[in-house]
Amino acid sequence: MIHVGLEHYLTVSILLFCLGLLGTITRRSLLVIYMSLELMLNAANLALVSFSRFNKSLDGQVMVFFIVTVAAAEVAVGLALIVALYRKRQTAHVEDLTTMKL
Amino acid sequence: MTTADIFFYLFAFLTLLCGLLVVANPLSRNPVTSAMFLVLTIVSMAGLFVQLHAFFLASVQIVVYAGAVMVLFLFVIMLLNVREEERRRVKVLSAGLGIVSVGAIALIAVKAVFEAHPSSGLETPVLEGTTVNLGRLLFTQYLLPFELVSLVLLVAMIGVILLSKKDLR
Repeated sequence: MIHVGLEHYLTVSILLFCLGLLGTITRRSLLVIYMSLELMLNAANLALVSFSRFNKSLDGQVMVFFIVTVAAAEVAVGLALIVALYRKRQTAHVEDLTTMKL
Repeated sequence: MTTADIFFYLFAFLTLLCGLLVVANPLSRNPVTSAMFLVLTIVSMAGLFVQLHAFFLASVQIVVYAGAVMVLFLFVIMLLNVREEERRRVKVLSAGLGIVSVGAIALIAVKAVFEAHPSSGLETPVLEGTTVNLGRLLFTQYLLPFELVSLVLLVAMIGVILLSKKDLR
């Protein structure tokens, strides 16, 4: 077995990103789509942290710090949107949400 | 194979397995199960962060993601109707096409990474006291982005309050 290097971490990150992408395009529930988006953000975080580690620079970690903060804000706004949508339409399922107008 | 390598493979396997179970769980299509597996994914990813000596980010990952964000998720799932999803059928054609296209993207990206040999010129570095250095970096070089992010949080807070008003136009 070869020693674990940058490419191994990047592979995990890519696979996780692709899982998130798969969930985003195939699942039909808005909440699960939202969780898949979080998965993709986390995959990007992993790639940034491993770049930061193997390039002896902390800039990547600072970037991850900002991404986590923005992701938390994004989750709050997105879930508020989903709740508002649910109140209006009684569904959180993308197949029932085919019109732009509420 | 050193202990660090074993831990890497363990956490990588756990991360990918739980990530898969978030997206496509054969036993349950309940969003609550997905959320629980997302928590497990995030925690095992914090293990990977520890492997990368990003200790502060590992704790932030657990506190902010597994703590705050996922509690918010579960709160909203409980607020909405969770039984809805289970009654729908899975569309085999769209799921198959999605798997094929995403698999192709994954294959191309992994092949590109392994052919680039990104770690060939790099030896495993030793970063000492990363949390101290991270804090110093945040309050010197990245002071302006740090303040701007607080503005983002403020805007998000106001947005959420507006969105959850009763008479949303």
